[in-house]
Amino acid sequence: MDIFLQQLINGLTLGSIYALVALGYTMVYGILGLINFAHGEVVMIGALSSLTIIRPLADSGLPGPVVVLIGLFFAVLVCMALGFTVERVAYRPLRNAPRLAPLITAIGVSIVLQQLAMLIWGRSYHSVPALLPSGTHEVLGATFTEVQVIIVVVAAVTMMGLVLLVNRTRLGRAMRATAENPAIAGLMGVDANRIISLTFVIGSALAALAGVLVSANYGIAHYNMGFILGLKAFTAAVLGGIGNLAGAMVGGVLLGVIEALGAGYIGDLTGGVLGSHYQDVFAFFVLIGVLIFRPSGLMGEKVSERA
Amino acid sequence: MPINAKTLSIAVAAALIAVGCSKKEEAAPTAAAPAPAPEPMLVVKLGHSAPLTGPQSHIGKDNENGARMAVDDTNAAQVKIGGQTLKLVLQGEDDQADPKQGILVAQKFVDGKVNAVIGHLNSGTTIPASKVYFDAGIPQVSPSATNPTYTHQGFKTAFRVMANDIQQGKVLGAYAGNQLAAKTVAVIDDKTAYGEGLATEFKKAAVAAGVKVVAEEHTDDKAVDFKAILTKIKGKKPDLIFYGGMDPQAAPMAMQMKQLGVSSKFLMGDGGCTTEFVKNAGEAAEGAYCSLPGIPYEAMPGGPAFIERFKAKYGDIQLYAPYAYDAVMVVVEAIKRAQSAEPAKILAELPNTDYQGVTTNIMFDENGDLKDGAISLYIAKGGKWEALETVGGAAPPAAPSAPAQKM
Repeated sequence: MDIFLQQLINGLTLGSIYALVALGYTMVYGILGLINFAHGEVVMIGALSSLTIIRPLADSGLPGPVVVLIGLFFAVLVCMALGFTVERVAYRPLRNAPRLAPLITAIGVSIVLQQLAMLIWGRSYHSVPALLPSGTHEVLGATFTEVQVIIVVVAAVTMMGLVLLVNRTRLGRAMRATAENPAIAGLMGVDANRIISLTFVIGSALAALAGVLVSANYGIAHYNMGFILGLKAFTAAVLGGIGNLAGAMVGGVLLGVIEALGAGYIGDLTGGVLGSHYQDVFAFFVLIGVLIFRPSGLMGEKVSERA
Repeated sequence: MPINAKTLSIAVAAALIAVGCSKKEEAAPTAAAPAPAPEPMLVVKLGHSAPLTGPQSHIGKDNENGARMAVDDTNAAQVKIGGQTLKLVLQGEDDQADPKQGILVAQKFVDGKVNAVIGHLNSGTTIPASKVYFDAGIPQVSPSATNPTYTHQGFKTAFRVMANDIQQGKVLGAYAGNQLAAKTVAVIDDKTAYGEGLATEFKKAAVAAGVKVVAEEHTDDKAVDFKAILTKIKGKKPDLIFYGGMDPQAAPMAMQMKQLGVSSKFLMGDGGCTTEFVKNAGEAAEGAYCSLPGIPYEAMPGGPAFIERFKAKYGDIQLYAPYAYDAVMVVVEAIKRAQSAEPAKILAELPNTDYQGVTTNIMFDENGDLKDGAISLYIAKGGKWEALETVGGAAPPAAPSAPAQKM
């Protein structure tokens, strides 16, 4: 029982990280119908740029969480500027191009950002100073750290905040209008370009937040860390229904839990025929299963083809 | 309009490719030492392949730097081959630690008519690439591929300057059973040719030493979250956890063990035996064990001098740089003996290698494996790897400082 509970906790943390990153994918997709493959790289840049600030401040005597907040603030600024620039340079010129073109550009941006980060921060792994409360607690034989609790809470709060933003504010209404039809929204006085820019900026700020939390959780950061994370988060967004904020959360947590339970029990259930390395296969198996019966994901609505 | 957009995207793609390429090229010119040539030069192209991007790029760059230093040293020495001055040119390529990419790089070397290849870094890339070199008759010396298969395919072109995993696994397994007195062990590997190969050899030797394998788990060489498999292992309470894989996984694995309160000892092969591991795992690294083919750097014949020169030029050694240096030198020695840089002539001379390198005295057996390869064991203490003992090799066991003088 304690092992099962521990696997659930593992899955929930991993899933919350996926969810936090997936929110960025889903926001951009919701507005533009564009899969921003560079999002994982923005997460990485958030992690590394916060580290640049955190490192020299770590021994300054300031309380750990304050240092992390300063680092986060810096990372958010960097990522917001980055998100804004990427949209301007790489996506806006292709707004009316066939769908495939911005997709390819997104992959290109991802490669460029990765190489840039390699030039700036080097090929080495960076250890992240443990500044957040790192106490370990035990419940029914399962252990969890305070960082894990922070991750789960932050992911949930962020998701709810975003839902409120989109459904309850003027900006949110403008976003929804732009998502539905940018041309008509323009006629109603919505500056679609500004809204799209803002969406990228908000998404990138979330990526910075995710980056800081991920690096705090694993204790290391590397220019390559965004790739797999982005891929998994994208899967989570599709599983939950891409374009749907609550779906990103559900998809992320579900994917995390499936992976943890998969790794923990496949081996025993199949008598050792399939080992723990089948955890990804297992996760994608569930994804395929969901997509067969609900092509738009668990919580996705049927999206009508845009004009 | 659509045409316009298409051309634009093509232009962007082209620009991206250009960016990607210029990155790779920039590494090469360093080798071109300003040598006003009064006499004819013999230009010899050496290919070097290792992952320069991706999670293992720090180790890959380390290898390339080691090889580059050897190339610079050779060029500075003005070696005469048949009346011509030998000038080595190193062509560094990125195989991304990916077997598919490894074959592409190999083909590129063959098409570019390199005289010899140093590499690759990983067993997973080295083994498939070795077939390409064998077919083309190009000598290949790997500094760090330790999977036994590499030299056991009957390819007369395959050599390595490091003990293989049969030797390493044997030492690790015996160490687990005897010195660490483990009764039970959980084995994790990263499913690569190296990781799985080493784990297999370790298991055989551990079972032979009376250790019971209670769990076998697998991950991959890009993962960072191991809590699920570690939780499962925790439930089986093994005395020891063995990991066959590289440091990008080993460091977070050690940290997550600590977070989950796993109290088992942690043992790794050479892939985790890096400065990056102790640096990144921090406190969680303390008390971890690892093995490295060869003898401790400090005890290597040319070790301390090499470390100093390398540090001044490229910074700390990650892992295999001295081996990459020796791999280049072994080829240079073969060229000197053959008085020719033709691949066939180099190949004919390589088996006769008897070279006092930085790492050890290098001689090859009939397969192209290193003769009398030593294996050393280390423990992480105070943020550093500390040498415990050296098994086998040119020195009596348990005398880590002795082998330096032997040859």
